[in-house]
Amino acid sequence: MSPREVRLSTTPTDEAIADLQLGDVVYLDGLMYTAREGVYMRALEDKANIPMELPSQSAANFHCSPAARINPDGSFDMGAVTATASFRFAKWLPEWMAKTGAKLIVGKGGMTSKDYKEYFVPNGAVYLSTVGYGTGALLGRGVENVEAVHWNEQLGLAQAMWVIKCNRMGPFIVASDMNGDCLFERENAKIAESVARVYEGTKPAVLKRYGESDDRTDEVI
Amino acid sequence: MIPINLVQSTAEVLMDKAAIEIPQDYLDGLQHAAKTEDGDLSSFVLKAMLENYDAAKEDRRAMCGDTGVPRWFVKMGNEARVEGGMVALEAALRRATANATNGVPLRPNRVHPLWRTDHDNNVGIGAPEIEYGFEPEGEWIDLITVHKGGLFGTDYRMLFPSDGIQGIKRFYLDSLMAFGKRGLACQPAIIGIGLGGSKDICMTLGKRASTLRIVGSRNSDPRIAEMEDEFKELGNSIGMGAMGFVGKNMVIDCNIEVGYCHTGGMPMSVHAFCLSSRRAVARIHADGRVEHRTDPDWFTDYQRRETVDWEPQREAAE
Repeated sequence: MSPREVRLSTTPTDEAIADLQLGDVVYLDGLMYTAREGVYMRALEDKANIPMELPSQSAANFHCSPAARINPDGSFDMGAVTATASFRFAKWLPEWMAKTGAKLIVGKGGMTSKDYKEYFVPNGAVYLSTVGYGTGALLGRGVENVEAVHWNEQLGLAQAMWVIKCNRMGPFIVASDMNGDCLFERENAKIAESVARVYEGTKPAVLKRYGESDDRTDEVI
Repeated sequence: MIPINLVQSTAEVLMDKAAIEIPQDYLDGLQHAAKTEDGDLSSFVLKAMLENYDAAKEDRRAMCGDTGVPRWFVKMGNEARVEGGMVALEAALRRATANATNGVPLRPNRVHPLWRTDHDNNVGIGAPEIEYGFEPEGEWIDLITVHKGGLFGTDYRMLFPSDGIQGIKRFYLDSLMAFGKRGLACQPAIIGIGLGGSKDICMTLGKRASTLRIVGSRNSDPRIAEMEDEFKELGNSIGMGAMGFVGKNMVIDCNIEVGYCHTGGMPMSVHAFCLSSRRAVARIHADGRVEHRTDPDWFTDYQRRETVDWEPQREAAE
């Protein structure tokens, strides 16, 4: 069975978001900006003014740094585009969403259902995962234009805030919904049934590591 | 004498090829996986990846937006000489890395670990890594570039002889489970396992097993080759596929490399070379001929030698 395909605006209506189901394949139209740790720290911790009107221009935050260059004449070339793992950004996302009205968080690997229930759902937001990872060339084809790059001098090309115009950019997979359910956790639960079987006969390492015991007064032998 | 300009121009072509063209052995492996995959979502992912490889080649753009951390392996025949010597060669490889980062373009991933300084060209302290190997005969040099992803799918552990094969299996499965969920390892991948060596060499062996051996190759030790088959099968029986979705393709191949280690230990490392297995190879001959290929052919009998002296005739007779 093929997944359902949906075209979605990067400034989506609440109804369009409510209609999304886990596992749907999404293609995006409109402006999307990249923001990861560099942008979050600069905007939220250093309190720099965000150089875009959010969310009116875009409600889509891509956890990405592209394979791109700035030409000597100031124009841009963007080759491939893929996401970086989102779980590391959980500490900034609640404040970011409150400040920017982001409704689509686009990245790699999703967040936990706890994150979804605590601050995605109350903000009317869902998570879209890139596919693969990563279909960088296909996503690159969906970039109609690079509109701007902000904070490049302060943060470098990889951490800068790139603003891209998407034209049927995709595929992305819907990884959370308005119930706060998590696609990846649903899949983990299905796989969990076979874990005991594949581990049968194996044994724990003779030398333990902290982490396998969180009690630092324990020994690891 | 190999001209230094030829080293740099060949290196730039290799940077481009590695980023854009999926190696044929990995493509064959993934096409086979796509045929056998029956998980709905996993199948969709593999199909999208196959389309992505075509798009990258058609458009001459990188396969993946994360173009990894470029590094070089240089293999030299014993009689090879490079114009300007090895310092010139290293400068040529650094220059080619910087030029191609801007030219392809690649993502300038390399930053200072503390100050996060980014030269926007993938060159910096210790970057790109340049490692060397030698072969008993020849006036050629092989340039091999690998742009491996850097964050997930790799782990190291000091095991001990009493852990045995079952302990090795467990750490292997732990690594696949830990980094396979949500697809952090960007599987299905070429899994490389390093066994033995000192701690740093254990990591090096595993990384080279994943990046410098092709899909379908087997270790020259038949018992290790059997383990490779068994471990591939084991990884694919977890029930986890691409992106951590339900599926049956986690491991495109499993390569194991060994080195002699401390008598009391059995160090082990696990590495995952991802869906965009970026590697490209060229041999530059002394007469200026350049031959491109995708098999690094790193692990020759000489690289795996066990004795003090290299005596090919005697080894051949055995």
